[in-house]
Amino acid sequence: MKMMTMAAMATAALTATAAFAHDYTVGDLIIAHPMSFETAVTAQTGAGYLEITNTGDIDDRLLEARADFPRVEVHEIVEVDDVMSMQHLTDGLVIPAGQTVTLEPGGYHIMLMGLSAPFVVGDEYPLTLVFEHAGEIEVMMQVEVRMAETEMDHGDMDMDAEEASE
Amino acid sequence: MKIFGIMAGAVIATAAGQALAQDQFAECRASTVGEAAIGGPFELVDENGHTVTDADIITAPTLVYFGYTFCPDVCPLDTARNGLAMEFLEEAGHEVNGAFITVDPGRDTVEVVRDFTDVFHPRMVGLTGSDDQIRVAAQAYRAFYRAQRSGDEFYLVDHSSFTYLMLPEIGFAEFFRSGASADEVAELTACYIDNM
Repeated sequence: MKMMTMAAMATAALTATAAFAHDYTVGDLIIAHPMSFETAVTAQTGAGYLEITNTGDIDDRLLEARADFPRVEVHEIVEVDDVMSMQHLTDGLVIPAGQTVTLEPGGYHIMLMGLSAPFVVGDEYPLTLVFEHAGEIEVMMQVEVRMAETEMDHGDMDMDAEEASE
Repeated sequence: MKIFGIMAGAVIATAAGQALAQDQFAECRASTVGEAAIGGPFELVDENGHTVTDADIITAPTLVYFGYTFCPDVCPLDTARNGLAMEFLEEAGHEVNGAFITVDPGRDTVEVVRDFTDVFHPRMVGLTGSDDQIRVAAQAYRAFYRAQRSGDEFYLVDHSSFTYLMLPEIGFAEFFRSGASADEVAELTACYIDNM
């Protein structure tokens, strides 16, 4: 699996904040763990990640995301010959019936451009997801630590995470 | 370290298949790029505003990455991985340097590259420069970058996402792709250091 290390970090972050895990339901969709990583003090962008499960019988589509930033787009990372390119999904992101689509580092993300202040751990901000069938829902994106001290101690935790991600 | 033991098996298997004679790093080689092909002189501006050369930066085994801070996903992912590898190597008694060279000098000022790298490792240095300085550095490392057309300040930049392991006086040793784990980077880097 690609992006093993960050997947491991994300898993650890998820575990650490399990007590505060927050899910949302809109129509047949379940939105789980909407979050962003903390950013540098002078960061101009951030990325939003979450998990969308379609429990229905028909495909849905994430058409756009809206938040109080100068520009917000749903992006996919496309890798061709080791060149990374971010692409705006202008036709939206399909959420197939009965499946879960995860926006995670190295794959899909919601790109938030023109930050006027950095993302600080513990902060949260509202973001509205617009779906073709399920409609709109506002979720609170929670800002989480990127380099937790516990993850520096990469003994058993990292091992478990790598096994789990293979 | 458990994970290092597993990795060592893969490394030896890879090296055995390449049969590189007279190569002090033969047991470490994971890539097949010629040593002379990557790296070379550059002059850039460091995160404190000082003009520096490759000799000032590669004073120890150094992980060199080209990216840009407007990139919210892959660049922090790779840079966090490199910072973590630096941390793992320190735990193992190896002090390595980390360098983040921007391919977007128009937006990545001295202050911005300093703040960005500070998130990932206290000793990782952010490097920027003029368009010409960045072009020379990227060409030396055969790093690719190209800004997408946008017409506003929210443009994106396509770029290669390799991390290069450079050794002082020796030069290029190894490259790592975006998908490599921090353990993999640390393990291979440690192998090269052990054979220096």
